[in-house]
Amino acid sequence: MSTEQTRPGSNVSLRDRAYRIRRNALLMGEVQGQGYIAQALGISDVLAVSYFHALRYRPEDPEWEGRDRFCLSIGHYAIALYAALIEAGILPEDELTSYGGDDSRLPMSGMAAYTPGMEITGGSLGHGLGIAVGMALGLKRKKSDSFVYNLFSDGELDEGSTWEAAMSAGSHKLDNLIGIVDVNGMQADGASRGVLDFEPLAPKFEAFNWFVQRVDGNDIDAVAAAFDAARHHADPRPRIVICDTRMGKGVPFLESRERNHFLRVEPDEWQQALRILDEGRGQ
Amino acid sequence: MRRSKYEKPVPRPGGGLKTSAMIASLAGPDQRTKPAPFGHALVEMAKTRPDIVGLSADLAKYTDLHIFAQAYPDRFYQMGMAEQLLMSAAAGLAREGFMPFATTYAVFAARRAYDFICLAITEEKLNVKICCALPGLTTGYGPSHQATEDVAIFRGLPNMTIIDPCDAHEIEQVVPAMVAHQGPVYLRLLRGHVPLVLDEYGYTFELGKAKTIRDGRDVLIIASGLMTMRALETAKALADDRIDVAVLHVPTIKPLDEATILAEVRRGGRLVVVAENHTVVGGLGEAVAGTLMRAGVMPDRGFRQIGLPDEFLDAGALPTLHDRYGISAAAMNRSIRQWL
Repeated sequence: MSTEQTRPGSNVSLRDRAYRIRRNALLMGEVQGQGYIAQALGISDVLAVSYFHALRYRPEDPEWEGRDRFCLSIGHYAIALYAALIEAGILPEDELTSYGGDDSRLPMSGMAAYTPGMEITGGSLGHGLGIAVGMALGLKRKKSDSFVYNLFSDGELDEGSTWEAAMSAGSHKLDNLIGIVDVNGMQADGASRGVLDFEPLAPKFEAFNWFVQRVDGNDIDAVAAAFDAARHHADPRPRIVICDTRMGKGVPFLESRERNHFLRVEPDEWQQALRILDEGRGQ
Repeated sequence: MRRSKYEKPVPRPGGGLKTSAMIASLAGPDQRTKPAPFGHALVEMAKTRPDIVGLSADLAKYTDLHIFAQAYPDRFYQMGMAEQLLMSAAAGLAREGFMPFATTYAVFAARRAYDFICLAITEEKLNVKICCALPGLTTGYGPSHQATEDVAIFRGLPNMTIIDPCDAHEIEQVVPAMVAHQGPVYLRLLRGHVPLVLDEYGYTFELGKAKTIRDGRDVLIIASGLMTMRALETAKALADDRIDVAVLHVPTIKPLDEATILAEVRRGGRLVVVAENHTVVGGLGEAVAGTLMRAGVMPDRGFRQIGLPDEFLDAGALPTLHDRYGISAAAMNRSIRQWL
């Protein structure tokens, strides 16, 4: 079962990895008292599969030439990626308490110059996929077999630059590019489809000549299988895994909170959230 | 003259010069030119630099990048009419160790792709060379194609180097210098049959250096880009009336060679004129003024600016427009006489 697959030499399951990524994210959220914690909880399963099932990397050498590149287009998801990078051993765990602080290597919005393992500067939304196209072209020039992953969000589907990149990736037949869209259904101004309706999404990417899969992004087995299929797909086309996720996943009182794009969490609620997460472990 | 509802006077039938092609030649009728100096210089550099790649947003032919594309088809990337992607993908290629030359028109780089240049390229100090045709007023197509504010826009970017070359002789030297420089560069590209002027003066380009092309006692013209060519023409014309004009050429607008500019202005006794193919807002003129202001230096015989007005400019024929907006040699001549 793919939930049991993990990095070679480790006996920690993907489900446990996802739990620990969520835990790291909650601990960082507590430092600031607020933030993009619902997104982090929602995307943790995808990050667990990415860093402990799919990606090739060396924790001690984040710039190793043979690594797969993981671009975080959604800069505000940095809290989630730091949580995964800590779990992956790329960042030391004790830096977690510096999240968002003065002179921290873990700023609120992810930037390449600040953080080992952060491939690009995201945050101005709609940048990641285009940069990933350039990296994929570059890797092909170098005859590298590395993949470029770009994690972006349903909100970024509003950006025209995302579609420039999507059309280009199809046109250039970038079979070393794997897009991951987090469809969590929530943007700054409210429900994503209310802000701008991007559905039907899979046919859009199919029409742009991508190999498209759509899965429940909180189903670790399904995500792992989709990543496997994306990597091993034979057609010379870019690949996309559309992941429907649940904001706040794993902490029900955060899942159900309305307008949870930027969450304010009361001081006593952090411990409560951690407790709920700990109790739900393994379920 | 009767005015139409479109705010433009209704012209007499016939009459006047024609707008001509998108990229009208900047060369005068008897001027020496060289074809596609940028394209040929890039091909030359690419021979020994396999890391050089070229990208265009459906304007290779109009930025002289087609010369490179023909020589190295496998190192040329057609990114389509998608300038945001052009700059993002260039950033991605630079991240993978390549040196992308990304070309389009100056308006599209400066206006449409700015956020992508800012964050994906300059904030990361990536080695992307942005080479853009039609800088300032070098087309008669109107504001959609006239990048009158490109320098103002890019000067605001930390880490960005801005080069405004005068002629073909200089462009041939600028390209190797861009390759040798590690970091993002914005080049105000002159393409097609580009005038050849500075070879007569024994000029050599050095990144970051302003150079005196000719000395003079009465007027100091500080100029960049094609305005240096116009300044030299003006200087010759004024010499006939025993007005002695110096021309300081400042091809690197950022970082500005403040030391040379300050030294020249401090010599004193000269009217100081800054001339630029750019709006008077935020270009070389204000860069020089800011330098003098911060150093507490005041030109003792006057301090004037020749540049495009802070307006959306007319469409029409380039010679007409250059004269109308004061950047032709004749207009420059008139302005300087008036100021003396």
